[in-house]
Amino acid sequence: MDVLVPLPVAIPLISAAALTAFGHFLGKRVDDVVALAASTATMVVSLLLVFHASDHRLAYWFGGWRARHGLALGVSFTVDPVAAGFAALAATLMTASLVFSWRYFDEVGTLFHVLMLVFLAGMCGFALSGDLFNMFVWFELMGAAAYALTGYRVEERGPLQGAINFAVTNTLGAYCVLIGIALFYGRTGALNLAQIGDTLAGKKPDGLVVVAFALVTCGFLVKGAIVPFHFWLADAHAVAPTPVCVLFSGAMVELGLYGVARVYWTTLDGVPGAHSGRLTDLLLGLGVASAVVGAVMCFLQRHLKRLLAYSTISHAGLILIGIALLTPSAFAGSAAIVLAHGLLKGGLFLCVGIVLNRLSSVDELVLHGRGRALWPTGTLFVLAAVALAAPAPFGLFLGKSLLEESATHEGYPWLAPLVTVVTIVSVAAILRAAGRVFLGLGPRHDALLSPEPDEEQEVERDPRRSGVLMLAPTAALILAGVGLSLVPGLERHLEHAGDTFQDRHSYVATVLQGRIEHTAVDSLSMLKLAPASVVWSVISLGGAFALAAFALYRDRLVPERARRRAYGWTSGGLDVLRSVHSGVIGDYVAWLTFGVAALGGLLALILT
Amino acid sequence: MSYLPYALAVWIFVVGLYGIITSRNLIHLVVCLTLTQSSTYVLLLAIGYVKGATAPVFADVSVGTRAVDPVVQALTLTDIVVSVTVAALLLALAIQVQKRNGTLDPDALTEMSG
Amino acid sequence: MTRQLRLGLFGVSGVGLSALLLWAVAGLHAFGDYHERYGTLLKNVAVSERHTTNVVTSVVFDYRGFDTLGEEFILFASVVGVALLTRDARDERARPRDRLVSDPVGLIGLGLSGALLVIGLYVVAHGPLTPGGGFQGGVVLAGAIAVVYLAGDYRSYRALTPQPAVDFAEGFGAGGFAVVGIASMLLGSAYLHNFGPFGTPGTLASGGSIPMLNLATAIEVTAAFLLLFTEFLEELSVTRLETA
Repeated sequence: MDVLVPLPVAIPLISAAALTAFGHFLGKRVDDVVALAASTATMVVSLLLVFHASDHRLAYWFGGWRARHGLALGVSFTVDPVAAGFAALAATLMTASLVFSWRYFDEVGTLFHVLMLVFLAGMCGFALSGDLFNMFVWFELMGAAAYALTGYRVEERGPLQGAINFAVTNTLGAYCVLIGIALFYGRTGALNLAQIGDTLAGKKPDGLVVVAFALVTCGFLVKGAIVPFHFWLADAHAVAPTPVCVLFSGAMVELGLYGVARVYWTTLDGVPGAHSGRLTDLLLGLGVASAVVGAVMCFLQRHLKRLLAYSTISHAGLILIGIALLTPSAFAGSAAIVLAHGLLKGGLFLCVGIVLNRLSSVDELVLHGRGRALWPTGTLFVLAAVALAAPAPFGLFLGKSLLEESATHEGYPWLAPLVTVVTIVSVAAILRAAGRVFLGLGPRHDALLSPEPDEEQEVERDPRRSGVLMLAPTAALILAGVGLSLVPGLERHLEHAGDTFQDRHSYVATVLQGRIEHTAVDSLSMLKLAPASVVWSVISLGGAFALAAFALYRDRLVPERARRRAYGWTSGGLDVLRSVHSGVIGDYVAWLTFGVAALGGLLALILT
Repeated sequence: MSYLPYALAVWIFVVGLYGIITSRNLIHLVVCLTLTQSSTYVLLLAIGYVKGATAPVFADVSVGTRAVDPVVQALTLTDIVVSVTVAALLLALAIQVQKRNGTLDPDALTEMSG
Repeated sequence: MTRQLRLGLFGVSGVGLSALLLWAVAGLHAFGDYHERYGTLLKNVAVSERHTTNVVTSVVFDYRGFDTLGEEFILFASVVGVALLTRDARDERARPRDRLVSDPVGLIGLGLSGALLVIGLYVVAHGPLTPGGGFQGGVVLAGAIAVVYLAGDYRSYRALTPQPAVDFAEGFGAGGFAVVGIASMLLGSAYLHNFGPFGTPGTLASGGSIPMLNLATAIEVTAAFLLLFTEFLEELSVTRLETA
């Protein structure tokens, strides 16, 4: 079974190379078929790896270079359920996107499919890798493919700027990671995560360790779109083609957060002071800031893709909160959110893609009422939004409730209501958009929403284009996301995955000493889902609908003078928030520098 | 003095960032980005350096002669390739920006605000 | 944000960041004092284990060969990306129409091109032995063909680099690297496990599968750079025509 480990990376890469080499000599449909076959194969292999890794963690050494006397010579892939799960999620989303975009990108020959396959390989490699420099390599591979895919529509100005903002900020994040790697190497002489952690364990951290960890974390947080590194995400989503957005929001951003967690639990875990409540507070602060900023900005958008992008930032904040709490059940909550959110957000983007294809616009106000004919899409859209509000027991409920319970358990009782409020705001925005577009509710003008250049047709409108090919993957993703919590035993498996992920000693034993450690799923302490979670979920759902209705009908519900006064109070703050998201690359990089310096400084205070 | 090469790497990194933030021309910005990357090369190679040692190539010297660290050199090789690729992509984007906007000033690219 | 505000923000952050980074590097060993196990071990065993005298090459293609696979594909992806980003409905008439004007320059170019070709092949082939290898040699080889454009004219350059051939070379090089890895698996060992007769250190045929990977890399890098040159040259010529 170990032979499967390199395949999630090898299959897409070899297929991509083959498509490039032979593309000129092959027929028209071949690239679609090959790409879809490769993606499906990767998905199957990753799922097999998830099951295999549930029993014991796998350490696969490339080139056959096993660790020698506790010294890692080669590059390893260390596969645990979380890593394999990420690879499976990425491959599933990729497969759905490729079905959706069947014949979408004819004009560029094989280029689109090649880049998508390479992107998939980068994501799988990043998830599975056990070596810090190797993670950097796959991180850059993801980036290279993503920048090009974002700028796909070169005839328009928006995609170019979005791609540049994306490329520059993420590249700087990668350079931060690289400096961190150099520092870790200088201290520990190792690039393998297990070995770095082993060498650092037990010793009080000094400037080098703190700053190295801060740099690597910041670099990955850029990818994870956490405030103040998040500015690039909305820009990139607004302009990238729909199938690409599915992967960005569904897997790529989450992989950044996975990187943070992986590096923390393998390198910093053994260091004294790493489990202090203050570190949790710091990461929690970042998560909360992202959740709130994401939700508020989400509500202010009328460009559907930007709206969904800010919602992703908000959920990224929630995922970081789960990681920050440093317990297995909170981690399980984050993992559940990643899975459900990935599927649902992917489905939402595909819905927007259908709307764009049929109605040539993604502006909520322009689309007012025009979506009535697209009722299957509208139904799925609303269903996904409802699932994001985590109504028990569907959709995001498992993740959200695990998160809330853990937070209360760890002494942060204010997190549960905060998470609920954030959920209400971001889901209300999606419901409001759905109401306007698919049902024609509410007025055609809304001063609150940011004016945004609209998106034109992604591809030539083709009446022969099969609606089924677009609708089927959308429905599949959304229904999978809705029903995820109902999978029997999922909660136990996620808790087990969280336990395995956070067990550094077992990780080191598997990687450096080649020991196979079997872990049982049953012997775990499980969090009983308290009625409080159900209450919060009801509040989320009800609140989201109420807020959406309020947003649509506030002209009629609230007298003019009260509205003007409220607007006067809030507009200052909202305008500042909007102006900060200026779209100018210089501003983004200034914020990035600030973020790195601040995070580094705070970590220094906490850890030394 | 024995920490000067490392300090140099830090200086290059920060200067590169400054260049990016104050840039008025996308080509200049790409070059600053490349400059920022070169700080990582300096850091890596400085970490691996051994005083009075030769390159880790044992074609005409015997194995066991003092040599510098080969691992950081391999890392730097990879690093250089990464830098080339990002620069190529960004320059391609810059050319297209010039065509569509008529300007290469990053501060003038405000389509993405809000 | 105004430029002043931005500069202010960066001023404060930059100072903070510099302080943190300087604090960090102060924790490193003194310059010239490297003594970690990883590099030291590799220096001592690489020659005997892999029969390559250039330890860096054995690290790049063997010990950490998987990183190099990723790196190959980063180059691959960026070239495909540039092709995607610079595609236009480009007119055949828009192709650069320069002519070879100076015979002496052309002759020098021809000689230079031949010399660079040989040097490039030498650098590639001697990767496992002396400083050099697929990446370095590949760039030199690409330069050899680029000289045809520099000293001659664009049409000759394009005649030497037909799109299907270059695309094939690129895919073959990148895919070849990955496939060699699969070949190792088919032989029963891990992905990218070095196989084959290791030969004598110091001769051209040494290092097992390292020369194969080396060659694949060289092909890919050459093709990648040629594709980049072509894309950028076409792009700039169109721009020049439009602004003319």
